[in-house]
Amino acid sequence: MAERAPAIHVRPEFEAHEIRAGSVSDVTRELSLLERVIDLDPIRKLTILVAMIAAWELYTRFGGVSEYILPRFSSTGEALARAVWSDGLLTMVWNSMTVLIGGYVIGLAIATVLTTLAVATRFGSDLLGTLTAMLNPLPAIALLPMAMLWFGLGADAIMFTLLHSVVWPVALNTHTGFMGVSDTQRMVGRNYGLRGITYVVKILIPAAFPSILTGMKIGWAYAWRTLIAAELVFGGSVVDTEGTQSGGLGWFIFANQMDLQIPYVFAGLFTVILVGVVVENLVFRNIEQRTVARWGMQS
Amino acid sequence: MGESAQPAAGATPAAPLLEVDGVTLQYKTKEHLITATYRVGFQVYAADRFVLLGPSGCGKSTLLKGVAGYLKPVEGQMRLKGREITEPGPDRVMVFQEFDQLLPWKTVKQNITFALMNGGRCTNRREADEIAVEYIRKVKLDRFEDTYPHMLSGGMKQRVAIARGMAMEPDILLMDEPFAALDALTRRQMQDELLALWEDTHFTVLFVTHSIEEACIVGSRILVLSPHPGQVKAELNAHHLEHHNVGDEDFAQLQRKIHDMLFADRILEEEASPHG
Repeated sequence: MAERAPAIHVRPEFEAHEIRAGSVSDVTRELSLLERVIDLDPIRKLTILVAMIAAWELYTRFGGVSEYILPRFSSTGEALARAVWSDGLLTMVWNSMTVLIGGYVIGLAIATVLTTLAVATRFGSDLLGTLTAMLNPLPAIALLPMAMLWFGLGADAIMFTLLHSVVWPVALNTHTGFMGVSDTQRMVGRNYGLRGITYVVKILIPAAFPSILTGMKIGWAYAWRTLIAAELVFGGSVVDTEGTQSGGLGWFIFANQMDLQIPYVFAGLFTVILVGVVVENLVFRNIEQRTVARWGMQS
Repeated sequence: MGESAQPAAGATPAAPLLEVDGVTLQYKTKEHLITATYRVGFQVYAADRFVLLGPSGCGKSTLLKGVAGYLKPVEGQMRLKGREITEPGPDRVMVFQEFDQLLPWKTVKQNITFALMNGGRCTNRREADEIAVEYIRKVKLDRFEDTYPHMLSGGMKQRVAIARGMAMEPDILLMDEPFAALDALTRRQMQDELLALWEDTHFTVLFVTHSIEEACIVGSRILVLSPHPGQVKAELNAHHLEHHNVGDEDFAQLQRKIHDMLFADRILEEEASPHG
């Protein structure tokens, strides 16, 4: 055994007396234009989008598909432009948004109260835990029939379902965020003599902000879906009784489907996507860039 | 910082800054009530670099948390400048081992000004800014004032934490194994830097470590604790030892002495419990 083990081969020591720079051509090299362009996220995604639109247009144009089943991309675009210019689509979007923002803000307030209670007392924590476990899996839209009985056919019923879709994810994520704040950071805060509400505002909220932001994003997405769905259910029966443009985006889709204006239905669907993307990218992405991404806290 | 407050070498200051008097500390885990220290007593004088040394389980970190005010003793008393310690406060600033002790949503400078403003040392932004800049320069991080902590290396984060602690000019700086999570080279450098900073103003520091070498280098006085529960084993002088003494006979002797104390303990422990 000892014979097989390799012996140490002792070699002379040496020290480099001069370390020559420049033997490697460049220690750091700038990336080429192409490399940088390919690295841009929006460029890559835009390429996929353009390809999909092209496929859609080609298929509908040469595939012999009925306009009533799947309208062309070009007619959808045309319908969208027309709806914006002459059918007051933007007003409808605005109508939807005002309800949504109202519900969202009130929902955030309720979630704040619930989470504060949960952080402060054990009862509050149990209450929030039980409520979220029960109600978070319940799709808000499923409450609409009851909401219509309780609050009548109108904005109040929609608001109720919206609140339901916002409160639970926001409260749940905020609470999880607070629970996850590291002991070290808690001790640092208390070391400076912070306590009570200043401790929550100056330490807990920023430390839990990644979770809070996630909750707000989920809450927003749920609310947006719920709102469109609720407007579809209400259809023309209530929201637009005056026959004016008081309906929302969901109503626009519903009404055009009834009229078999299929390109307009697609235009409506597009608008739903567009609003979602714009809010996600302009509002939330922006908040994210300025906060958690900058702080290196992205979860 | 009060240069005039420096005691002349050798003279005994009138009263100890920190008195720990027969302190027993307990904490709960999910299943156990653990007695971390049992009737521990020691006194820290101004300008001491007082080290709490012991193996894991000797309650040294718990003791430090007690001094910081996060934990109430079940027995005994802790007094800072004669006043009993009841809760955390900015007169005892803690430097932790964990890198996340810097608030990630604040830049290096903001971390320090936040501490100064909320700890009550400064009421005015400008003044806090000036102090922060001064201490950032002291720990040689001038170029990183406006950097967020996640961009810094571990050693740099610890430097900021030390700068923040010193900027608040507490009566006593509490350091809980601040260099334990650093690589060996950085750790050595940080120990030297800490000593250099101490030379500047002779601040009082209570330093927890489990490294005998670190205790000898950083400490001026070493409290050796035995484990399960922590009890005082000895109090030794190390004020004459620094990095350049590492090879010396003095240094080796002290190191061996402490090693024997802790090692003797471990043998006893193994004999006592067959599972040990």
